[in-house]
Amino acid sequence: MLSGDPLLSGQIDLAVVLIVLLKVVAVFAFLLVATMLMIWFERKVVSDFQNRVGPNTAGPFGILQTLADGIKFFFKEDLIPDRAERRVCILAPLLTVVPAFLLFTIVPFGGDFSNGHDGSVELFGHTTYLQLADPAIGILFALAMSSIAVYGVMLAGWSSGSKYPLLGSVRASAQMVSYEAALGLSVCAVVLTTGTLSTHGIVMAQAGSGWGGFIPHWNLIATGFVPFVVFLLASQAELNRPPFDLVEAEQELVGSYHTEYSSIRFALFFVAEFMNSVTMAAIIVTLFLGGPAGPALLGPGWLWGIIWFLLKMTAFLFLFVWVRSTLPRVRYDQLMDLGWKVLIPLSLGWLLLLATFWVARDQQWNGFVTVALGAVVGLTGYGLLKGAIATSKARRLEGVVD
Amino acid sequence: METVVFIVSALIVLAGGLGVVSSRNPVHAALSLIATLFGIAVLFLNLGAQLLAVVQVIVYTGAIVVLILFVMMLLGVDSEEDLETEPLVGQRLLAGLIGLLFLGAVLAIIILGKDAIVTGSQSVTGAISPTISNISQIGTALFTTYVFALEVTAGLLTIAVVGAVVLSRRPDDLAPIPEPESMINMGDEPLTAIPEEGAH
Repeated sequence: MLSGDPLLSGQIDLAVVLIVLLKVVAVFAFLLVATMLMIWFERKVVSDFQNRVGPNTAGPFGILQTLADGIKFFFKEDLIPDRAERRVCILAPLLTVVPAFLLFTIVPFGGDFSNGHDGSVELFGHTTYLQLADPAIGILFALAMSSIAVYGVMLAGWSSGSKYPLLGSVRASAQMVSYEAALGLSVCAVVLTTGTLSTHGIVMAQAGSGWGGFIPHWNLIATGFVPFVVFLLASQAELNRPPFDLVEAEQELVGSYHTEYSSIRFALFFVAEFMNSVTMAAIIVTLFLGGPAGPALLGPGWLWGIIWFLLKMTAFLFLFVWVRSTLPRVRYDQLMDLGWKVLIPLSLGWLLLLATFWVARDQQWNGFVTVALGAVVGLTGYGLLKGAIATSKARRLEGVVD
Repeated sequence: METVVFIVSALIVLAGGLGVVSSRNPVHAALSLIATLFGIAVLFLNLGAQLLAVVQVIVYTGAIVVLILFVMMLLGVDSEEDLETEPLVGQRLLAGLIGLLFLGAVLAIIILGKDAIVTGSQSVTGAISPTISNISQIGTALFTTYVFALEVTAGLLTIAVVGAVVLSRRPDDLAPIPEPESMINMGDEPLTAIPEEGAH
């Protein structure tokens, strides 16, 4: 009922339960190790961009630096400010970490998708998918979790009982709520193209030899790039990563919602942030780049699933760090303008355009007329939006609307 | 298994509900509301209504309660709010009475109905067909049978958005609101003392 996984469709005996438990532990451990490496990777790559050395003492290439920092955080004194709302203050960091963990459960991180296989692998005599859960609602679960992640930020700022954290958290939650719309609309484009919500189904739709035998059948191309770009931008804002890291803007907000947090509670926020980066990269790969789907060059197919997934994910993580070390932070009004006046109208318009094309193909309408009408409607919409924005700006300059 | 899930989530729903009405701090009440909504989402899942469960989380937990909390934070409603005075006289007494009445009605149905209350029929929210997923069934129903209702709802929402924008706009000929008398000319000292000449 809960899963499209063939493992759970048959008789559920002890072995099945143990396999599920094994997958839970494996995903949990993978996510923790990936987060640890991501923190190291980000510090190291940013250092390279800035002509510094970066962490280089703990372990080879400083790879154990995160572990050392984590241990240090554990032994620091745990301070809770006097004016803080105690219970909520303790709850808030947990509320950021738990959705970050849960998000990864629906990501297919491996499986044999080569040569027309359906992505299932044999595990102790049972056929299963290499993902923790494959619910029919699939990608909606990811949206639900990312909408819950707002609470941790919001409550952390409020419960600190001090001004800067409150300002930071109000700003952060406004940002996250606004960009969720653009995120959801670009996911809609993917769902429209693949015709399924299940993450496994989305990966399956992108598997195979592709157009002309060598251009992969990725949603990146099938949805026409625009949803991918919108999703990438919106996900950076959703993650509060640079250039949208206004939440942390140290110059204005001291350190935002985690100003008053110290020791392990601060570490939890920190870990959740990087864990979300890892998960978001995994979700982008799943939605737009075919996840673990890819050709098996030599050796077993299931191994290549994991290799392709890790390669694609690392590429995105590098892109995230690259963007961070290159671009300056945007202003708050620029951030809101980008979200509401560019990304949301763009993704909405593109979604309508995609839907039109699908209907046109089904009904066998005249292709040229469809494209021309679509362009006319799109341009009209763009003109109207431009007009509305210009009018509101003019009124603001006249001082009519404040 | 389903019974265990039902009992656990029902307990969460009830505890959350009690928390909403009994918390003195409005933020705690909102947090309890989140727990209740989550419990209801799990109950939906238990009944096989996956889409309803996830919509419950996205819409209610992820949007509406966030808005409620937002307003509370921005307006600074905190624990200093006076809870002793009742805005409506006799409100609490009436609420208690109606609650008891409702509880009595439910208990009466259970006790008088005996075995007849367990019908064993399929739950309303459950999947109608085992092969076609919930989501495609809902989608098909929305865009074929109920397409008119869907369009009307969309129009209604658009009207609501436009209405909100119009209401929040200030008319052109409105004079700016003057500073209240108490805010100006109080004869106060400036907040920061002007440094004297050569004080550096």
